[in-house]
Amino acid sequence: MAGVSDSQLKKMTQEERVKALGMATEQLSGRSLFIEFNADEEDRFTYPWAPEVDFNKRIEINADNMASTALNEKMRELMTEGYGSIVIKNPRGKHSLGVGILNRLNLIFEGSLGYFAVGLIDGPNVRIKGRVGWSCAENMMSGTVVIEKNAGSTFGAALRGGDLVCGGSVGSRTGIDMKGGTIIVGGDAGALTGFMMQRGRVIICGNAGKNLGDSMYDGTIYVGGEIRSLGVDAVPGEFTDLERSWLSRKLRQFELLPEKGVDHFTKIIAGKQLWNYDNLEPTEKKLIL
Amino acid sequence: MCGIAGIIHRGKSSNVGSEMTAMLQALKHRGPDSTGFAIYGETKPGDFLMRIKVAEKEDMDKGHGILDRIKERISEVDKRLRAHDATIKESENATAYALRYVISHDGNIKEMAQHLEEIDGVEILSLGNRLELIKDLGDAAAVSEAYGLGSYEGTHAIGHARMATESDVDIRSAHPYWAFPYNDVSVVHNGQITNYWSMRREMERRGHRFTSDCDSELLAVFTAHNLAHGVSLEESLRRSVQEIDGVFTYLVATENQLGMAKDAMAAKPLVLYESDELIAMASEEVAIRAILPQEIDTHDPYDEEVRVWQA
Repeated sequence: MAGVSDSQLKKMTQEERVKALGMATEQLSGRSLFIEFNADEEDRFTYPWAPEVDFNKRIEINADNMASTALNEKMRELMTEGYGSIVIKNPRGKHSLGVGILNRLNLIFEGSLGYFAVGLIDGPNVRIKGRVGWSCAENMMSGTVVIEKNAGSTFGAALRGGDLVCGGSVGSRTGIDMKGGTIIVGGDAGALTGFMMQRGRVIICGNAGKNLGDSMYDGTIYVGGEIRSLGVDAVPGEFTDLERSWLSRKLRQFELLPEKGVDHFTKIIAGKQLWNYDNLEPTEKKLIL
Repeated sequence: MCGIAGIIHRGKSSNVGSEMTAMLQALKHRGPDSTGFAIYGETKPGDFLMRIKVAEKEDMDKGHGILDRIKERISEVDKRLRAHDATIKESENATAYALRYVISHDGNIKEMAQHLEEIDGVEILSLGNRLELIKDLGDAAAVSEAYGLGSYEGTHAIGHARMATESDVDIRSAHPYWAFPYNDVSVVHNGQITNYWSMRREMERRGHRFTSDCDSELLAVFTAHNLAHGVSLEESLRRSVQEIDGVFTYLVATENQLGMAKDAMAAKPLVLYESDELIAMASEEVAIRAILPQEIDTHDPYDEEVRVWQA
């Protein structure tokens, strides 16, 4: 880290260490940390081992007869060689493709992917011209992932940053445990969307299944269609003009802005009435309950 | 984990034996313990197809004198079939411990089936006019080859690749389950049923039999119970979503229908492809791609979703 040695960090309190590393506690929830980006400190936001790639250097791979591991290793090899645009043909629903990419990259899959597609990524722009299975972009840190068709359950689980977009409909538990970033769904979303989400935004242009936002700690969910039912502690929030403007811009960016705009969207937030929002110890709770 | 798959051709027969083999082989990583097929071939009016096993596969290695006992059991099966006025038209060994019968019979099927299962070591895997239920240890390719399924024609089929979690690795606990004693009804399931014992006791009080301790068998018995009481397949599936607790996705096939149901949490996967000619579904899209390599549109059914398709 710039300007701070390991030995100095070891001597610091946790609060001092958080500040020295460029992080600060979030006042609203008091439970998450966020990095305040400063262009002068770019080295904090790139991985020293990430390869430099050239977006104009493009290659196509036919994945038809390749196992997932072999294909991922091939992509890594190509990125090391400086390829910045990689097109994967015939992925045929294979699992765990495009995972762990920690550098800038234009990655295009010409077909559908299976489970755990593009998980644990930090930086690439991905377009999937098909459908994805469960847990697409799990733990994604930054970048953009656009899926043209439908997605399975736990879409964007534990998402931490970036834009994750599905043009079609998504399964249940979308955005479960998400800690940042934005999930956009062009169609409908299944049950328990936003379950235990802690930060970030989920935008559903269509209908939302039952138990929307169940046990959410923080973050915001916007729904354009019907909500089958709200989950525990999920409540309607005030939809401000600033948010309408942001929502319109965001949806227009991915060509998902409804013709009638966004005025009809409903905003859902955490009611913050669950046990985790009080200061009582378990023993004290017993006295009250 | 387990993998399930189903395929139904609308209005025509196809080589569903090899199609289901390819689908289940693609799901091998979800369950290496056993593989099972329920294939619906051509109707043979007046004839019953019966699949039975007379020993477990593991018995073949450890049982001293097992071949003699198997011979005795088969002889007893033939004797009891004749005692029920059933005519054995064909009888063949698929393996040393699994047999396929074609019989003609116009008596009480349930009584005959119960009488056969009273023979020590004998279990009826399926009975019906169209259903051929094959299950054994090993992956889809091995089971398909052992039982010659590559040439099986039919309109629809369901299959299962099993990872044993709550019961033994044996044929008794493998899927599909036949909905005893209901002709041509079979079930495959991926999930865990949490009110299994209370539901099982209720079904046993109503006179139903269980051959294993596998929770998936409950779904077959539950379906058989409903169908026997005039409930439609679709309504039975809907009732299961309300009455059965746990996380599950399961498929049911009848003589001319294929149905699916997903639990209230949608916790177990299913990917669905529908066209005018064909409906295919599986725990993972990779199984559908095994028979439809071209780009297709698929989707995940939602929580509490119930669907039924006609052959």
